[in-house]
Amino acid sequence: MSLPLLNADGLVTGYTAPVIGPLSFSVTPGEVVGLWGANGCGKSTLLRAIANKARVFAGDLQRKPGLTLAWQMQQPIRLDEMPLNGHDYLRYAKADRETPPERLRPWLDRRIDALSGGQFQLLAVWAILGGWADLVLLDEPTNNLDPQGERILAEILKNEQGERAVLLVSHEHRFLEQACDRVIKIA
Amino acid sequence: MMTFDTLFAVPFLSGLLIAAVLSAVGVLLRLRDEWLAALGFAHLAGASALIGLAIHLPAVLGATFGAALGALIKTLGRFRGNSVYALMILAGWSISLLVAANTALGSAIGHAMVEGQLYFAGVPHLTAAILLAVATLAGLYWLMPIIIRDRLFPGHDAANRLPAWRWHLVFDLLTATSMAVATATLGLMAAFALVFIPPWLAFRLAKSWKQALMISLIFGTATYIGAFLLALRLDQPFAPVLAALLLVIAGGVRGHWKSREV
Repeated sequence: MSLPLLNADGLVTGYTAPVIGPLSFSVTPGEVVGLWGANGCGKSTLLRAIANKARVFAGDLQRKPGLTLAWQMQQPIRLDEMPLNGHDYLRYAKADRETPPERLRPWLDRRIDALSGGQFQLLAVWAILGGWADLVLLDEPTNNLDPQGERILAEILKNEQGERAVLLVSHEHRFLEQACDRVIKIA
Repeated sequence: MMTFDTLFAVPFLSGLLIAAVLSAVGVLLRLRDEWLAALGFAHLAGASALIGLAIHLPAVLGATFGAALGALIKTLGRFRGNSVYALMILAGWSISLLVAANTALGSAIGHAMVEGQLYFAGVPHLTAAILLAVATLAGLYWLMPIIIRDRLFPGHDAANRLPAWRWHLVFDLLTATSMAVATATLGLMAAFALVFIPPWLAFRLAKSWKQALMISLIFGTATYIGAFLLALRLDQPFAPVLAALLLVIAGGVRGHWKSREV
């Protein structure tokens, strides 16, 4: 069995004070792991701790040495005026692991500030999933997605992930059941 | 028929190179929402150039020192938002006027720094502009993908434990040096107009990042050439002519674009 990419043991994390934990879980290569919990339970804080943006108060968080991470934030950055089209966006994200899904292709020639919320969200998620990181963190990736967008995202996640793993948080239990190999419930 | 006296060749080339640099750097500053930084660095550059002149240092050198100090304070102090730039503007303005009022330099040189003295640019200015253009070309080729990725995906570097502060510092130093050389050559507000207005127009019109760079570069340099010739022809100060031309053209084009959308 492969070594875990990430191992949390009794992890308590937060900012100025603990927000979530203690939690214990691990993520191994090839897995798509869902973290489910109600809004405000600290799911995003957990991802931020893994991405070195929140403080660890107790417990242990081990990353495989040399692990590369890609992190899709809950609100991807989108300025009022951004003279970048979809091709630019994917190029600067280095999302060239495979060709983008069919649904995205008509949007790639358009400026990203001209895309709808759902179109931009799918592009932003693909910019992370289409890259080469060992561990992909997705924070509420279904935000703004219509049912077709959700279906496409679930299909991408169900595909063979190879040596990488995906850890995603969502409050949508049905989507997690559909897209993940296993789901961890956060109280 | 107006002739282009060779006397103006050095000032013209110095300004042209600086206009190209500022138009390119400004596009990244706008993406980072840090265009006010340029005005902050320019004010510090103006103040330190005056201090430098008071102790017999060339204006280009004095200006670069002050702006670079501002860049170091900004990066190492980890200041967020625009407040630090507002403080730089106020500090630079206050120091400039006090130095001008209390040294033999007098207010004439202080005004020259604010209004610009392009026609007096000499070989030191041209040398600084050439070095700046080479540094910008090399620096942006390396830095641009990193700066853009960091703007679009700000968690990436921290998540991968990469030393992002170094890249930010290099970009801040490049911006500060550009503004310093530009302030000492073109004047403070002309420098700011070139770093702000061409990207402002490009962000509206461009369909891609490459187009944004090209529009900003072409608009900035072409307007600079037009302003240089117009100011000579009409015997007007260069800096306000440049700012007015940039404003009129960019404002007109953006207004026309907006009316088409409505």
